[in-house]
Amino acid sequence: MSVILIPAAILAGLGALFGILLAVASKVFAVKTDERVSAVRESLPGANCGGCGYSGCDALAAAIVEGKASPSACTAGGNAVAAKVAAIMGVSVEAQKPMRAFIHCAGEDAVAKRKYNYAGVADCAAAEKLAGGDKMCAAGCLGHLSCAAVCPAEAIRLENGVAVVDAAKCIGCGACTRVCPKHLIEMVPRDAHYIVRCSSHAKGPALLNACRAGCIGCGLCTRVCESGAITVTDALAAIDYEKCIGCGKCAEKCPRHIIVPLSGVPAEEIKKEA
Amino acid sequence: MSFSDILLLMFTAILVENFIFAKFYGCCPFLGVSDKPDTALGMGMAVTFVMTLSGAATYLVYHLLLVPFHLEYLKTVAFILVIAALVQFIEMFLKRFVPALYASLGIYLPLITTNCAVLSAALLAVQNDLNFIGSVAFGFSSALGFTLAIVVFAGVRARLQFAEPPRAFRGFPITLIAAGLLAMAFAGFSGVRL
Repeated sequence: MSVILIPAAILAGLGALFGILLAVASKVFAVKTDERVSAVRESLPGANCGGCGYSGCDALAAAIVEGKASPSACTAGGNAVAAKVAAIMGVSVEAQKPMRAFIHCAGEDAVAKRKYNYAGVADCAAAEKLAGGDKMCAAGCLGHLSCAAVCPAEAIRLENGVAVVDAAKCIGCGACTRVCPKHLIEMVPRDAHYIVRCSSHAKGPALLNACRAGCIGCGLCTRVCESGAITVTDALAAIDYEKCIGCGKCAEKCPRHIIVPLSGVPAEEIKKEA
Repeated sequence: MSFSDILLLMFTAILVENFIFAKFYGCCPFLGVSDKPDTALGMGMAVTFVMTLSGAATYLVYHLLLVPFHLEYLKTVAFILVIAALVQFIEMFLKRFVPALYASLGIYLPLITTNCAVLSAALLAVQNDLNFIGSVAFGFSSALGFTLAIVVFAGVRARLQFAEPPRAFRGFPITLIAAGLLAMAFAGFSGVRL
């Protein structure tokens, strides 16, 4: 009998000893943590996408409670998460429109000229270091998909040499906007009507020399715009998505056809749906 | 054990009988946490920390508790218990007193609780009849060998990210092949007889 009992007793005793030791240690070494951190962490999506700029949901929760980050900092969670977090923190947040990423470049392989043939590592930051990349245009998508590499939703793909965001998959985290060395990616409201597919500030002839697509900054769109939503600065048109009413006149008039409906749907159909 | 014995033991544990490349212990963290050199170093530091301390703790449990009661056959179960409790204790201790180290080891500490490399270091120390200093030195140097392996491999993997292997080899297959090549390189040390 003792052959079984003694070993069992010793192991059980050892286990109990360690259990007590750990229980005591957990009291003695207790670190006071703000319970709001875990509450905030619970209400975050938990995808650890890094869209907020922090290393993960845990880090963001800590930053929100410390006051370093806004309660609405979780870009992927949107308004629902922001409201929950704000309730825990005892503050109110303004509702934000759902956003998506958009890559302002139409310089596909067929239209954008190249300075040289790039044969280095497939990484936009590396390509950008080599005389600003292989495209003649200083604001052209380099097409090495560094944005897709950080996208947690696999929403970015390459189409004819230019990265394109799939709106249906985009969760609006904004991670891609921070890695693009050319800063071509912008978070735009999902309900924006029209968008400029170019980021180049080069003037007419210089731009056409580099890329046959692209905004030359002629300003025709600003004249036809009914709501005054378009401004041209440094030879690049920009649309104020708040003011834009979606009439579509800019897209009709644009001689470069660089202003397009955001959803890819013609203007008339958008009006019918709305 | 003389000083030269310990040096010999450490050299053997680090290079000749490297835990990963010669004995295939701890392959899970070796493949799982070797994406980036800095996280690999973090994991290696955490393993070194735990293995050194568990070398001491398991020696004490074995020789003060199991041997007097003739329960040597219980060593595997008892060591698992000791290591798990030790890791938990170290985690709490570090969180309270050395928050900087806790933050840098972070998630790797709990991962080590059930790491077979830690358990096998303790078991091998007993099997080879090492004394107290010997078993601590063995745990420490085995873990150094683990750290060396995982950091070197993380460097290899960082390069692999920019390589373009055939489609079928992309991702995990090429990682395993790289690990095999590295193990072959370390097999060169097995010729060293001291």
